Amino acid sequence: MNRSCHHCDEFSRASLIRRGAAEAGRGLPAIEPGMPSPAGTGLDRRTFVAGAFGLALSIYGLGKFGLFEEGIARAASGPAQPVLVSVFLPGGADSLSVLYPALDPDYRKLRPKLALPASAGTAFAEDPRLHWHPSLTPFATLHGEGKVSVLPAVGYTHPDQSHFTSRHFWEVGATDARLATGWMGRYLDHAGTKDNPLQGLSLEYQLQPSLASAKVPVAAVAGPDDYGFWAPGVWGQVEERMLETLAPLGARRSDPFLNQAAKATAQSDRLRRQLAPFAAGSQNGYGSPVAYPQSDDSFPHRLAGLAAMLGAGLPLHCVALTAPGEYDTHSDQPKALADGLDLTAQSLFAFQRDLEARGLSDRVLTLVWSEFGRRGEENGSDGTDHGAAGTAFLIGSRVKGQMIGEFPGLKNLDEDGNLRPTSDFRAVYCALVEQWLGADADAIIPGARSFARPALLS
Amino acid sequence: MPPPVYRGPFGKPQAERLLWRAGFGPRPGEAEKLARLGLDGAVHSLTHPRRERLKGPKPHDDRGRPLAPYDRWGHDQLWWLDRMVRTSRPLAERMTLIWHDWFATSREGVDSTRLMLRQNRLFRQRGLGSFPELLTEVTRDPAMLLWLSGTENTRWSPNENYARELMELFTLGAGRGYTERDVRQQARALTGWRNSWSESLGPVRFRYDKERHDPGVKTIFGKRGRFDWHDSCRLCVHHRLHPSFFVTKLWGYFVPVPPKAGTKRALERLYVQSEYQVRPVVEAILRHPALYTGPRMVKPPAVYVTGLLRALKRGIDTESWTWLMSLAGQQLFYPPNVAGWDDDRWLDTASYRARWIIASYAIRPHVLKSDKAKLPNDAAKLLRRAEAFLGDPTLTGHTHAELKRFAKRALSDAHSQWKKEQYPALIENALRQLLAASPDLQTC
Repeated sequence: MNRSCHHCDEFSRASLIRRGAAEAGRGLPAIEPGMPSPAGTGLDRRTFVAGAFGLALSIYGLGKFGLFEEGIARAASGPAQPVLVSVFLPGGADSLSVLYPALDPDYRKLRPKLALPASAGTAFAEDPRLHWHPSLTPFATLHGEGKVSVLPAVGYTHPDQSHFTSRHFWEVGATDARLATGWMGRYLDHAGTKDNPLQGLSLEYQLQPSLASAKVPVAAVAGPDDYGFWAPGVWGQVEERMLETLAPLGARRSDPFLNQAAKATAQSDRLRRQLAPFAAGSQNGYGSPVAYPQSDDSFPHRLAGLAAMLGAGLPLHCVALTAPGEYDTHSDQPKALADGLDLTAQSLFAFQRDLEARGLSDRVLTLVWSEFGRRGEENGSDGTDHGAAGTAFLIGSRVKGQMIGEFPGLKNLDEDGNLRPTSDFRAVYCALVEQWLGADADAIIPGARSFARPALLS
Repeated sequence: MPPPVYRGPFGKPQAERLLWRAGFGPRPGEAEKLARLGLDGAVHSLTHPRRERLKGPKPHDDRGRPLAPYDRWGHDQLWWLDRMVRTSRPLAERMTLIWHDWFATSREGVDSTRLMLRQNRLFRQRGLGSFPELLTEVTRDPAMLLWLSGTENTRWSPNENYARELMELFTLGAGRGYTERDVRQQARALTGWRNSWSESLGPVRFRYDKERHDPGVKTIFGKRGRFDWHDSCRLCVHHRLHPSFFVTKLWGYFVPVPPKAGTKRALERLYVQSEYQVRPVVEAILRHPALYTGPRMVKPPAVYVTGLLRALKRGIDTESWTWLMSLAGQQLFYPPNVAGWDDDRWLDTASYRARWIIASYAIRPHVLKSDKAKLPNDAAKLLRRAEAFLGDPTLTGHTHAELKRFAKRALSDAHSQWKKEQYPALIENALRQLLAASPDLQTC
């Protein structure tokens, strides 16, 4: 049946545990021996209501509650900061399908069943050997506008083919299993403030490990509209009256624990009111000027919420979220990959257009990445196994729009039969820190000096 | 001096609180019935229950099928919730939940529902008996052996996982009366467990294998001997700091403020004199004035959910409780780590909303149709009905007044004829929701 490696069967389950652990800010149950702990497992999580802006935030890290509101307000009224958005394709997206060497006879040999026909996707303007996966047409369009830089083979030397280990390397920004802070978290520790948890925002119920900081607070919120209070058989005026009753029910009580429950009631009610503008009615509540894809998956909606939050002036700085789809395609790759890429690309396309319409596109840069690419040769179950170099994208109105590292070709695969990297993710991080965020990468990326920075911006 | 005993009035409010703290809240009428027994009779009926009878509708999943706790994801949790809802021995079930938190083992690390449910039976069977016996059984319990690496702990490569938690979390408390050297020596004493592997069942045949045990002399708490796992448990229970740890930790499950020094000493004495029996200590706590006159407690999510279902005489008839419990922060069989759930974190803006949704799911099957139900145009009567619907819980004056104010205002909005006819049902539905989600019902 399906040919898959041992720990991939456990991939989904284990990645849940991993995120669960990051959320709880506690120890991690061993999934496989020697597996690194996720960044952020030492952090405390506290729920905090950013009153001025009405967000239910799960705050990670130290800081006094009372300071946050002021801090957010101060950050919001200061000069607008650049925003870096990290979008993770979980499972190891197949670089040889994302941008495929359509006319290379070796490609057909390695992929007798999975090779995409040359006619399927449009040619990649910068390298005539490559074609865009048909699901990535929205990226091809943005690339034509100079708003996408492609990294056709990004990775690191001595690649690790464990999902967890390789993902951990990308998250912490170093090939170091013991490092416990995320690369963006360390940037925020260096350049952020002690009182603005929105500076590092995980757009999910859990903290994204790349945002795990040691000193400054960061936050998690699934979406600004995900906070309704519905009751069966109650509507209209009576519903309004019912919700009005939450505040008096939450009034201060003399019993300490009754008061704790009352406080939770009152805070929840305050939050509900503050989020009301966003919650008014799905995407309309965000006032999105463009249409996002309709999907059961919340990804497009979360991006729409992100654009709305930026439009409302919330002081976001580093943002991370997971893309829809399952990229660990050991079997039935064609459909699984197309489904995931379709929704991811269409959503990010809408996000870019949304930012442009709101006049925000110069402030936002999105990095799309996966923990590795996949094996050159396909396996026997319409799938591919773990590989080395993968594909990444930088999207935004200010990116240079030129390839970073070249496509290495299929003649020179590594000893495991995997694509060799022509760019290093740590070099990209250094360049992002310096050219986009304006900080010194030496303080953030271990061994920063050894990486030659690509020019990212036009 | 024996521990102090509550001597105030024992009426419905006290019986209600006792049923919440020592179980999962009353079914309609149960608090009144228990109150008639007086404090001593009421506590005795909980600590010495008759044979278990399961009362109420049999559980099933969303498609009407019987639960399959071993086979379907989430059904293990539903199975246990059903037991909590239908049991006639609420304290035994509550003790099961307490031991699940005390010896917190997660299915995430054990990866076998069969072994998790086996451990669950152990807690149910021995929950009110001898603590040393319980500890012995837990130490060789397969789920625990997997969870804290007991079967990986061999004479050749000792694993300190269980040894450390045995002292830190189960018997003594962090840094109380032991050293890192004791941890290492305990690990040696605990060596010897192993298991086999079956293709179909996973881990099987958990057994003690002398070959794997380190037979050498160990020094634990300053005592020397060729200690084995039995000695390891015994040394912990007989440690001078164990009784204070035990009674304080147990007390915390029933009363939210720490015991006064006198009470603590009295409970320790009781525990040691009874040769480390759980039941007399629980009895003393349930009879203690602090339980009846002290502050309220926040209900853990499992207690909140089960209590709502008991009050509504509703059985487990949907799988939704599985995700709702996670949303509220307590997925049974999946404690966050070996230290169990953090009781200080039951309520925040995220989990309060989860409890609101839980309340809405609990009352939903009985939702009144506004065009069908004929209800009085009277705020006080509507509130009476909502209270009766939820089993007449004792409310604070403040909550009662606010709910009545809501009903009055909402009734006064009904100017047109159709509103006069339909609003009472909408208001009644809203009262049930507000009541079920009120701070009063989040605490006990």
